[in-house]
Amino acid sequence: MLTYLIRRVLYAVPIALGVTLLVFTLLHLAPGDPVNAVAGPDAPAEVVEQLRRAYGFDRPLPMQYLLFLWRILGGDLGVSVATGRPVAGELAQAFSNTLVLALGAALVGFVAGVALGGVAGRHKGTAIDHLATVVSLIGVSVPHYWLGMVMVIVLAVEANLLPAMGMGSGGLELLRHAVLPVLTMAVIPTGIVARSVRAAVGETLEREFVQALRAKGLGRGAVLRHVVRNVSPTIVAVLGLQLGYLLGGSILIETVFSWPGTGFLLNEAIFKRDLPVLQGIILMLALFFVLLNLLVDVAQAALDPRMRRA
Amino acid sequence: MKTGISKTILLAAALVFVGASAQAQGVLRIGMTATDIPLTHGSPDNGFEGFRFSGYTMYDALVNWDLSKADAPSVIKPGLALSWAVDPSDTTKWTFKIRPGVKFHDGSTFDAAAVVWNFDKLLNKEAPQFDPRQASLVGFRISSVASYKAIDAETLEIKTKAPDSFLPYQLSFILMASPAQFEAVGRDWAKFAAQPAGTGPFKLDKLVPHERAVLVPFKDYWDKTRVAKLDRLELLPMPEANTRTAALLSGQVDFIEAPPPDTIPRLKSSGMQITSNPYPHVWPYHLSRLPDSPWNDVRVRKAANLAVDREGIKQLLGGYAVPAAGHVLPGSTWFGKPTFEVKYDVAAAKKLMAEAGYGPSKRIKAKILISASGSGQMQPLPMNEFIQESLKEIGIDIEFEVVDFTTLTNRWRAGAKADQNAGITGLNYSYAIVDPFNALVRFIKSDLHAPNGVNWGFYSDPDMDALVAKAQNTFDAATQNEVLGQIHAKMVNDALFIWVVHDVAPRAMTAKVKGFVQPRNWFLDLTSVSVQ
Repeated sequence: MLTYLIRRVLYAVPIALGVTLLVFTLLHLAPGDPVNAVAGPDAPAEVVEQLRRAYGFDRPLPMQYLLFLWRILGGDLGVSVATGRPVAGELAQAFSNTLVLALGAALVGFVAGVALGGVAGRHKGTAIDHLATVVSLIGVSVPHYWLGMVMVIVLAVEANLLPAMGMGSGGLELLRHAVLPVLTMAVIPTGIVARSVRAAVGETLEREFVQALRAKGLGRGAVLRHVVRNVSPTIVAVLGLQLGYLLGGSILIETVFSWPGTGFLLNEAIFKRDLPVLQGIILMLALFFVLLNLLVDVAQAALDPRMRRA
Repeated sequence: MKTGISKTILLAAALVFVGASAQAQGVLRIGMTATDIPLTHGSPDNGFEGFRFSGYTMYDALVNWDLSKADAPSVIKPGLALSWAVDPSDTTKWTFKIRPGVKFHDGSTFDAAAVVWNFDKLLNKEAPQFDPRQASLVGFRISSVASYKAIDAETLEIKTKAPDSFLPYQLSFILMASPAQFEAVGRDWAKFAAQPAGTGPFKLDKLVPHERAVLVPFKDYWDKTRVAKLDRLELLPMPEANTRTAALLSGQVDFIEAPPPDTIPRLKSSGMQITSNPYPHVWPYHLSRLPDSPWNDVRVRKAANLAVDREGIKQLLGGYAVPAAGHVLPGSTWFGKPTFEVKYDVAAAKKLMAEAGYGPSKRIKAKILISASGSGQMQPLPMNEFIQESLKEIGIDIEFEVVDFTTLTNRWRAGAKADQNAGITGLNYSYAIVDPFNALVRFIKSDLHAPNGVNWGFYSDPDMDALVAKAQNTFDAATQNEVLGQIHAKMVNDALFIWVVHDVAPRAMTAKVKGFVQPRNWFLDLTSVSVQ
């Protein structure tokens, strides 16, 4: 297990390095000049050049990349071109806000998804299965920003039960403000988890070892335990991936609900061409995926001994 | 027992909701269109919305805007300067009398030395407070300034590079930040923005980036007629228009900027107040005048102006627009007496096109750069499609290149000659036309071609340059307005732009918001507002 772990960690290093190069190159290839975007619209060329020098955007690109790499090694993500605030602080704040939504949505999505998928898989081909499939299909297909707006209209504007936007001022307020965005965000993971669980449960139930267990006279509970054990690596992989997406924040949902998380920040940074913030967010999200994949691999290996040999 | 439990739950739930909706008296929560709180250090970003909420709330300039009237165009008035005068024997030399007894929010004293310090933050690269970002945001407004010095605590002398009668207007955008506070936060503008000190009627109480800024009244404000009535002013960024509307309808904010026109009937039916007023904004097509442009024939430009059904566009905008009759608003002091009337007359337009040699067999093809959204752009896509249909009727086929607003801004700044604008014959960029330079001069002076300025289309006319020089050398306000009227009349007679509409800045607020005056300006005075 330890060698496996070390091998996986070592694999992650070149991936992370590749990610930094890709992030940097893509952002600099994209149209739009960060300095032009933050200078006042009437700023004369001379002033724009002065600003370019002040931010170091006048240096050759490879040099800028090396500087960028050197700084992130020291934990410094630079300062936002638009606000002058340190990117690390902006990211930490936004990420902690997104974390509230992501964990809430993950919890709702996983519980609902596993329940829905489990029931459907157990009763494959029956009316319950069809119903669960339709529900999960809707979950995956419905545009969630649209659903968010509909929920706002119904629950916030018309019924006036929950706040329409923002985060409130902490505590219980935060929870009330989180309800609508969390539910909206949970819709997709619910659908995806339900579909994966249904497929995995259905397939496992048809496998020979289950029949053998039943033939051996094992009780329902005991058979279920074996099924869960066999299904769990797949589910863990799906959950991990979904959690990654959720933690990335959703530009649409966070914009619809004016929730100042990573998606909101990313959207703002794109429009302002705020390169340091963009680099910071994308890099963090990419590294997060690398880390999450690593954790999922480790968890799968722990659950399924066969994987350690792969 | 069961009923008892449900009652308790209901009561608890009710308490939570009541607690959330109860608001202290006098708190105004504003949903802005910006994605973040505009910069709070005295040189706001986010265009004039930044000046509106993060600028003139917390800061003053030497020259302020009088925003107290809804029924007349706003004019400039003494702010932190008591008065100013230009030396008649040397019209590049100005003397400003500084208002005595003004304090910054941090308690330090405002004087002429503080003005010099604030000019240095924008113009003097050697000064510790020099900030290239702020210089890029507002420094260009005082690019005509050659030197400045404090004669004594209450007298400031400014010298311009050439006579510039527009200087007082330009100074209204240079907001005065506290030098003492800058020292106190360790000479760091980002830290200053978190704990700013200006002289304005509000001071910053709390700033949560991307989320909210809380402003409270500055009780020692120098202008006792403008001491803020509110207990608190909260600014919330809400870039999504439907989110702002929902927030207002669900009682999370009291006041929103720019509700979408189609939601206004719904807002009205919920008892919201809708305010609007024409203000110095114009939504035009800025035309290229490079040799290969189809817009070089004045008859074609006039025809295009006559082909646009501005009333139709107004209807499209729910009635929230003023049809343009020129570059500045009809009734503006600078409108002048043009002989060409900008109106909807397809027959006259077709006649002009025929005179210019165009007809069914010879149509004009023109590519126009537009954005899908953006500050001041109103509803760009349907409006542009509407114009495309109108112009098609008289033989002008418009093709659009749609870009995001930042790209549009960059390509606007780059000028028509730039490689990135190859093949583009015009762009749809709306303008703030508040002061003479920004309303007129920057688009028509021949030495302001890119990269020196935003005469995007490379328009050049010696007669116009002479008129501009005359205006810049006229220091008597009434005569200056007359010359500006002549400039505007020439612009209209030569149909330099295709003018479409002026925005009226619809805003929505609850019935509890009292004392709000919507001036004919981009900026607002929120000191008179209370929430009851």
